Amino acid sequence: MMTWHKTSLTAALALSIAGLLAPEPAAAQGKSLTLCWAAWDPANALVELSKDFTKQTSIDMKFEFVPWTSYADHFINLLNSHSKECDLIIGDSQWIGGAAENHWYVKLNDFFDKEHISMGDFVPATVLGYSEWPKNSPNYWALPAMADAVGWTYRKDWFAKPELRAEFKKQYNRELEAPKTWDELIQVAKFFTGKEIDGKKVYGAYIFTERGSEGITMGVTNAMYGYGFQYDDPKKAYSMAGFVNSPGAVKGLEVYKELYKCCQPPGLTNAYMQEGLDAFKSGQAAMQMNWFAFFPGLYKDPNVGGDKIGFFVNPAGPAGKFSQLGGQGISVVAFSDHQDDALKYVKWYAQPAVQQKWWELGGYSALKAVVDAPGFPKSAPFAPQFLETMGIVKDFWAEPLYVDLLLDMQKRVHDYVVADKGTAKEALDLLVKDWVKVFKQEGKEM
Amino acid sequence: MTTSPARSAGEDTDREMFMTASNQPEILVERVVARTPRRTAARLRGLSDRSIVWFFITPTIVLLLAINVFPLIWAIRLSFTNFMSNLPRPSRFIGLDNYSDILTDEDVWEHLQVTAQFVVSTIALQVLIGLGLALLINRQFRGHSFWTTIILLPMMLSPAVVGNFWTLLFQPQIGPFNYLVGFFTGLAPSSFSMIGDVALAPWTIVLVDTWMWTPYVMLICLAGLRSIPDYIYEAAEVDRASPLRQFWSITLPMVLPFLMLAVLFRAIEAFKMFDLVNLLTSGGPGSTTELVSITLKRAAFEKWRTGYSSAFAIILFVTVFGAANIYVKALNKVKQR
Repeated sequence: MMTWHKTSLTAALALSIAGLLAPEPAAAQGKSLTLCWAAWDPANALVELSKDFTKQTSIDMKFEFVPWTSYADHFINLLNSHSKECDLIIGDSQWIGGAAENHWYVKLNDFFDKEHISMGDFVPATVLGYSEWPKNSPNYWALPAMADAVGWTYRKDWFAKPELRAEFKKQYNRELEAPKTWDELIQVAKFFTGKEIDGKKVYGAYIFTERGSEGITMGVTNAMYGYGFQYDDPKKAYSMAGFVNSPGAVKGLEVYKELYKCCQPPGLTNAYMQEGLDAFKSGQAAMQMNWFAFFPGLYKDPNVGGDKIGFFVNPAGPAGKFSQLGGQGISVVAFSDHQDDALKYVKWYAQPAVQQKWWELGGYSALKAVVDAPGFPKSAPFAPQFLETMGIVKDFWAEPLYVDLLLDMQKRVHDYVVADKGTAKEALDLLVKDWVKVFKQEGKEM
Repeated sequence: MTTSPARSAGEDTDREMFMTASNQPEILVERVVARTPRRTAARLRGLSDRSIVWFFITPTIVLLLAINVFPLIWAIRLSFTNFMSNLPRPSRFIGLDNYSDILTDEDVWEHLQVTAQFVVSTIALQVLIGLGLALLINRQFRGHSFWTTIILLPMMLSPAVVGNFWTLLFQPQIGPFNYLVGFFTGLAPSSFSMIGDVALAPWTIVLVDTWMWTPYVMLICLAGLRSIPDYIYEAAEVDRASPLRQFWSITLPMVLPFLMLAVLFRAIEAFKMFDLVNLLTSGGPGSTTELVSITLKRAAFEKWRTGYSSAFAIILFVTVFGAANIYVKALNKVKQR
């Protein structure tokens, strides 16, 4: 009896000492990271995905998701005030210039080298758009986290109606299919506008018109790129006259206005992502412009998803086929007290298995191992379109003063498209003037 | 619970003091003096009347300096710099550049014009309808109190609530406003958009502001109407003056100072209008309803051009202050007549 007592006591003591000496699980130490992003569908998928990280490292993940309308204002203010609220941030692609030059993000080159994370493993457009500053230089401030771009959805069930197909064929002498060019898009949109389908008056196409933040710019550029709009002279940086307001750019802007005037559901004069989703889900629009990020949710929608929905890539114009880049990279905030843990998260997130799961949960991976896998195009009905789109994306300015540049474009374009003010040429001439002023303030040579 | 004798005695003294205070104030003063601790009393006894005045107003002045005067001086200082609060770089003194940029910017003048149209239209409508309602409410009729309360309701609502529900009312496809217009005119409800149409949007914001603030003008006019002595009307009736004549010769001149006061208050508020219009149209479509307050907000909190927006705010402040001063002088002249 005595021996048993002695043995038990010794074992208990040994266990206690081992417990004291052994590395304590991080959760027990109360370790946690706060990740900041926008409040939308992919954010919920990220919460789900991050549970694996907590399981592996015992580091708790906290999230701060802010609605898109105040996302940029809120987080740029936090970063500018050197707040420690976010340890990790999934920041918009346009912030990268300001974030790098103002040292808001930790530069990741050494970390990538140490952990053998190669930017060559990611889709080039996402590395250029989300990670590099200055552009086209091997200076990385973020890991591509959420690939995204503008794409289109359409009502496949309406397009398949025999009576509508016959009427379209008779009218335009071609099949009623998802449009491949802007001319075709306008044709199809006009065809559907005013039709009564399932007892409801429907409209041709929903497009972005939002004035306050970035909406109309993110929409109109999809038409303008296809007609030849460029931000500046490829041979002389910041030289914008003749590129921003080129005849092609003017035509692209006119095409967007034509589409808005003929075929936008009524009342959507200041509408962005959510209004588009509402218009499409409520059966008002035959086609909808929106970000790929929303397509998994739309495909699952009981009313318009499944067999009723189809997807297509942004149509081509005379100058080619391009699409507006969206999406974000994940960065470590320079003011965080938990930079080592934040880097652990980035390392974990970059793993192919995690990226594969990210795609399966509804996020969009930018890792080539995921998107170039043979089974990828068949993994979701919108996967082939996403893959094609990521090869044709263009992004807005990512300069530190991008907000000024963006708001100037918002004003000029909205004034012309929605408020019928002046001509397309006048709007773009004024835009060049505005942008020259901004760059002059920044001390750029033009 | 028991009360200690000392506490009881104190309470009795307080009650006594309270009871005698209303008719014997000197006793109250003596007792307060008697109860003041000696040290404090000794310190205060040496103070002059002027010092005591300063003693009381200093906290207010400090507060005023901290939250009004200091920010104003700071804004004036910033208005001469290129400071941007979203960029951590040192600001540079740029003289009057911000002021000249604003005053030579065609867009700013356009927004000022939009603001002027809004101010004039809303005030004209609010004065006309407000005075009319006040004349009606001034009469005694059945359900008078009920209707007065109903008329005053919009004014009591928050602008955020008003902006949101009018946005819903104006929805072309589901909003009752378009259906109502369609019902009376035969127009298809979704064929027009009150807040999305360039021609209609400016009138839409005027309509909503008028709906919300006419009761306020009505209240001020009502106060004016109630201040007119009855004997003046009785004398006019003896002289067989017609109701129209009574209105022009008695009512309007005597209500005019009140009406002018209402115009002053509403003009200042309309000039600063932001919340309602921001919720209804965000200044759109395009810049059709972009009031200067929205332009200022965009410069200050979207573009973060702090120096520029400070200069803009100073210009607006001087404009309102100057116009209000001229107006107040005119108001005083009317009062003296």
